[in-house]
This record gives sequence, C-alpha cells and structure tokens, in this order.
Amino acid sequence: MHATTAAVSEKEESLHFDGAVPPAPQSEAVHSIWKTSILFTLVTAVLLGIGYPLVITGIAAVLFPHKAAGSLIMKDGQVIGSELLAQSFTSDRYFHPRPSAAGNGYDATASGGTNLAQSNAKLVQRIQGDIDKLQALNPGKPVPIDMVTTSGSGLDPDITPDNAYYQAPRIAKTRNLTEEQVRTLIAQHTTGRDLGLLGEPRVNVLALNLALDQISK
Amino acid sequence: MSANGWLQFAAYSIVLLLTVRPMGTYLARVLGGERTWLDPVLRPFERLIYKLCLVNAKSEMNWRQYAFAMLGFSAVSLVVTYAIERLQNLLPLNPQGLAAVGPDLAWNTAASFTTNTNWQSYTPETTMSYLTEMAGLATHNFWSAAVGIVVAVALIRGIKRTKCPTIGNFWVDMTRTTLWVLLPGSVIYALLLVAQGVPQNFSHYTVAHPLEQPAQTQTIGQGPVASQEAIKMLGTNGGGFFNANSAHPYENPTPFSNFLQILSIFIIPAGLTYTLGRMTGSPGHGWAVFAAMFVLFAAGFTVSYWAESQPHPLIHGAQQSRTAGASGGNTEGKEVRNGIAESALFATITTDASCGAVNGMHDSFTALGGMVPLTNIMLGEVVFGGVGSGLYGMLIFVVLAVFIAGLMVGRTPEYLGKKIEAYDVKMSMLYALIFPLIILSITAVFVLSPNIGLSSLNNPGPHGLTEILYAFTSGAGNNGSAFAGLNANTWWYNVMLGWDMLCGRLLMMIPVIALAGNLAQKKSVPPSPGTFPVNNALFTTLLIGVVLLLGALTFFPALSLGPILEHLQLHAGQLF
Repeated sequence: MHATTAAVSEKEESLHFDGAVPPAPQSEAVHSIWKTSILFTLVTAVLLGIGYPLVITGIAAVLFPHKAAGSLIMKDGQVIGSELLAQSFTSDRYFHPRPSAAGNGYDATASGGTNLAQSNAKLVQRIQGDIDKLQALNPGKPVPIDMVTTSGSGLDPDITPDNAYYQAPRIAKTRNLTEEQVRTLIAQHTTGRDLGLLGEPRVNVLALNLALDQISK
Repeated sequence: MSANGWLQFAAYSIVLLLTVRPMGTYLARVLGGERTWLDPVLRPFERLIYKLCLVNAKSEMNWRQYAFAMLGFSAVSLVVTYAIERLQNLLPLNPQGLAAVGPDLAWNTAASFTTNTNWQSYTPETTMSYLTEMAGLATHNFWSAAVGIVVAVALIRGIKRTKCPTIGNFWVDMTRTTLWVLLPGSVIYALLLVAQGVPQNFSHYTVAHPLEQPAQTQTIGQGPVASQEAIKMLGTNGGGFFNANSAHPYENPTPFSNFLQILSIFIIPAGLTYTLGRMTGSPGHGWAVFAAMFVLFAAGFTVSYWAESQPHPLIHGAQQSRTAGASGGNTEGKEVRNGIAESALFATITTDASCGAVNGMHDSFTALGGMVPLTNIMLGEVVFGGVGSGLYGMLIFVVLAVFIAGLMVGRTPEYLGKKIEAYDVKMSMLYALIFPLIILSITAVFVLSPNIGLSSLNNPGPHGLTEILYAFTSGAGNNGSAFAGLNANTWWYNVMLGWDMLCGRLLMMIPVIALAGNLAQKKSVPPSPGTFPVNNALFTTLLIGVVLLLGALTFFPALSLGPILEHLQLHAGQLF
C-alpha cells in the first residue's frame, strides 16, 4: 500500500515524498537556519518543558490525587511514609525490609544500589556474613537470598513471601501470637503477579507491619 | 529460569508484534504528510509553530542543509540546557533551593541529553531543580528522540526517491514527529503511569516520620516524575528523575508499569521497520529487518536470563534457586516485584535500544549477564535500537550486507533499486568505524591513567576494566546506562564522556544524512535475476551475520579481558 493512493492534499504535493513530484525550490539560507534553531528551541521548550508537565500535573491531581502526591500514608495527622518506599525496621517486633544501600539506608533522596560486582570480595563477605548470622539463629534453614541482598533502589518496599515466612517465627514470639496467625497475615498481604503473569509475588513490608500493629499492639 | 519467566517474554513479544503494523503505518502517514485522525486538533498548532519559527514548510532541503539544520538545532538546544543548569539557583521551580550545577557536570549533562544518551554523572534528587528537569532535560527527551526519527525517515526517503536533490524539511519533520507522535503518546502514557503510582506534583520533598522510629525522619524526594518518565521511555532516552532510575518504586512502581516501560522502549523502533517497508513499497523488506532484530533480541534475553538465574558459586547457606515464593538467582541490585525475568528482560531491551534506563543495577549483574547489555551496545544498538537511530544504524548494516552479497557473486550490489557504489560504502564504513574508534581509544587512555581513570573504580579486577569500557561504550552508543559504581562525576570523566557522546551521535549522523542525499539523487534500476533479494530469510541471516561479525571482531578482545575473564576466574573460586 503506497501513500499516493491516499487522498492527495496540498501538503502531500509539497512534500512529494514518493519522489514522483518534482522538487520545490531550495531555500533555507545559513542565517535562517540559526534563527529558526533558536526560535524552534524556545517555542517548543515552552510547549514541552512547561505546558506538557503542567497539564499532566493538573489532570493527575484531579484523577489520581493520592498517587500523584506520592502514595503517602497518614497516621495521627502525620505522614509516616509512602506505600511505595521502604523504611527502616530493626526491632524484632517488626518485619524487616531488605537491606538498603540508599544513602545511609532507606534514604529517599539518595536512591541506589551497592553496584558491587559478583566477583567483589566485599560483596561476598557481606552476604555470607549476614547469612551466617541468620543461620546461627535459625540453624539449618536456608536463607531466602533477597533477605541478604540490597535492592537496586535501596527503597524496595517488598520482600518475597519466602522472606516473610522466614521471619514469621520471630514475630510470633515477640508479639505473643501463634505462628499460624502471623502466617495468615502474610498470606493476606501477599500480592500476586500482575494480571497473573507479570513480575513476582511480593509482600509490602510497611503495609504488613501496619496490619501487625492492628492485631497486636 | 522458569516457565513463568518465558511466558512473560512470550507475552511481551506478542504484544510488541501486534503494535508493529499500526505504529509503523501511523509513523509513515505522519512523516509522509498524510492525513491522520489527529489533524483537526494538531494542524493549527503545527501552522502556529511554523509561523513563530519562520519555517517555510513548502521548501525542502538537500542533505547538507538538512545536516546543518540538525547540527544548528543541537548546538542551540545544548547551550540552552547548559545555561538553565548553571542558573537554576536563580530560576523558579526550585523548592529545595538546589545550587547551580558545576561547569563540567553541566557540560556533561547538556551533551548527554542533547545526544539522546541521558548518561547521568549526578544524583538527580539532590542536583537538579524541577525547572531544570522539565525545561532543561525533559525537553531534550522530546527533541533528541525526534531528531533520531527524522534522520531515519530522511534516509528512508533517500532510498525511495529517484533523481531528487532533497530529502525533506528538517523543521517540518521535527514538528510533525513531536506533535503527532511523541507528545500525544506521552500524555496518555504519563497518565497511565500516575494510575500505577508514579508521582506528579511540584511539592517540597515530604518529611515522613517512620512507624518504628518517628524521630528518625525520612525525606521523600518527589516532583513531576510521570510526565518525564513517559517521554524518557517513549523516546528511548533513559534519564531517570531519581538516581535509581526505573528501579526506583516512584518511577516504576508495579510489574505492570514495568511492562509498559519495556514496551514503550521498543514500540517506535519496532514500528519504524514497518515504516521502512511501507515507505519504500517493499513490506517484506521491513519484516526481514524486523526478523533480524528480533532474533538478536531473543538471543540476548536468553543469555541474560540464564546467567542471572544462576546461584552465586561462593555463597552458601542461602536459598538461591527458584521456589514458589521467591525468584532466587542473583538478586543483588534487583527489585523483588520485578524478579529475575523482568530484570533480565529490561536490561536486554534497554541496551538493544539506546534507552539506558535500568530497573536493576547492571554493575551487580553476573559477569555474563552484564556482558549482554554491554555487547548489545557494542553491536551498535541496532536491535530495534534507539528511536530512529536504531533503524538508520541497521540500514547501514543492510548496505554493508548487500555489498558483501554483491562481492560474493561479483556484481555491482543493488539495494531496493539503487546501485550501491563506492561513495555509499565509504559512508557506511565511516559510520561503522567511528564508533569503535572512539570507544576503544578513550577507554585505553583512561585504563592506563591511574589518577584520572582508575581512581574512579568501584570494583577491582577485570570488572574494573568493564566499568570503564561500559562507560565509554554507553556514551558513544548514546545509551546512558552504566556500571554505575564507577564515579564518573570527576572533571576528566565529565568532559571526555561529553565528547564521547557528541562524537557518537553527531559524527555518526552526518554520514547517514550524506548517504540519504546520495541515494536520493540516483536513478532507479529495475531488478534483474542477479539482484540480491532483501526480503527473505537468507537476507535476514546475512544481516545478522554482518552485525555479529563487525561487533565481535572489533570488541571481542576487550570483552575477553573484562566479563569473560571475570566469569572464568569467579567460577574458579577467585574473588577480587
């Protein structure tokens, strides 16, 4: 199917892109190229750099106010964090997120990973050290690998279901819950693959810990 | 590896395939000046832009004028971005009160965004104001993408036209690409991203009081993220609003948003193969090129997915293989929601194209898994490739493939009715040689300099070589992804990477435009029994062979000292 079969407009004639129409006279002297370069940069910068983001901001604020504002979670009139970002949990009473290399840990203005290579002794020593500590507390239980590896952003809000279940006995003990209760809670807060296909099953740590506080203060 | 991972790859491939024809047809209509359903809305804006910018839409340019307009526009827009960065402390929309960007970093960043590279030596959250992000950087995401597309279309016109001195009007092509393709696509896409959870606001950074220790506050960087994220992916730019790029949950919050992102990287480059077939009147040729790209894409994903699924050989006591409740494999630098398959897929796609966004840290990939992105860039990013640049890069290889086929049978090679002669092959070889020349020579200098090169390394051993090699390959390839442990925010790296990117973009575009001009003025010869057909499996195979041969011959020695050596030594028990 060829373009010339479509309705011929004045524009098509002038562009003669199929090569059948004789070329129009060439203009565009050198100085006009500079002038047009400057004008085109400024005009489109206003359209694309100011107009476009402002329009999107306006529409987003109407259609998705919570998400456009960063999916923040309020508690007692205070922002406690974002649904989408990991925050530090260290006590035995809470599920722990993955270790973080963002700033000094979970710094949401300095996202990033360790960027350590698989062949870097520093990385292997760190991971093996963390595994050995966990193994000393839970002998014989293989440690889910996401528990001892940092994420790409340092703000990964999720852990794998394996990781959550691994932590369940500790939570049950410190909160005087049965392990079954904790496991049920994890199952309730496990998100499956998107559309049943994409990504991996995951557990949002902050949501899980908030739910944990609900059933046991 | 798992059935689910392969299913995700299959689903992606099918959806991509379904977009090729509609996207390619639409692009051909827009760049051919045909009527589209958006005309009633957009024609008034188009005319207004021509009027304001003194564009005579009816005149056309020869290849020199076209190239000069491209260079002039690139120079002006580079200077504007440099100025905004240097003056951001005095300009509005800087709620965090960020200081002016230093001269070497501002140069590097301006060059980076002008060339569609989006290499980032800086941490955006604490360096760039909202105005700089929007007006200084996101604008280039539109412009540089449009420049890539219009150069590819100029080359297609050159192939199609006969005895014609001109190859189109740069300003008309830029305007139509922006208004008809990039802007409407970004509007819809940005809103889809907000629906998935990507923020879009102009607020101060939020101070949160975490659940466990409210006193240890967490400052949450935000901003107009979604609007920038959309064009970042659609224009194969890749420059993140945040340091962690698409690994950051604010840029890429769900596996579904991740799917949209990888789809949006390939949607225009894949569609352009159909545009090629449609505009040259040989749809079979477009599909043959598509097939060559797809085979190379599938091969890259297979290697990367396999390598990233492997357990670390020297770590014990961990569950590293796949279970029902965890993806296993190499999870350092990867996000749980994406897992191994989506991370390997993203890394393959972002470097097949010249995108350079990352959803996991390539530096922490396994040696072979990280070699896939590096190799993809070294092949010239012709596996779908950057918007426009992927197609014109692949067409250079097509010219070389046709030339080699011609040599085999001892006839003057022809390509879609055009005789391929000395000038055309010279321009193609120029394109093919500039790229490795820049990369290998600059890398060699930095590797040999302990003070300016090696002092920035994050990893010792062969991986260190790979970090430097990756940086200059990514720069010249206008990719922008990184082995990000390398501290590139030094005077020497900033300045040299700036030149690396400019040479890799502009020096390589000029031979392409020259080739377009030369082909356009040739007469057409009817096909004869000796004509090498460019629409069948034999052609596809030859094309893949030429791409691999040029890439492998040039870069294999460097790869063998970097990732290959690292892999062998690690599996022999050696750490660094």
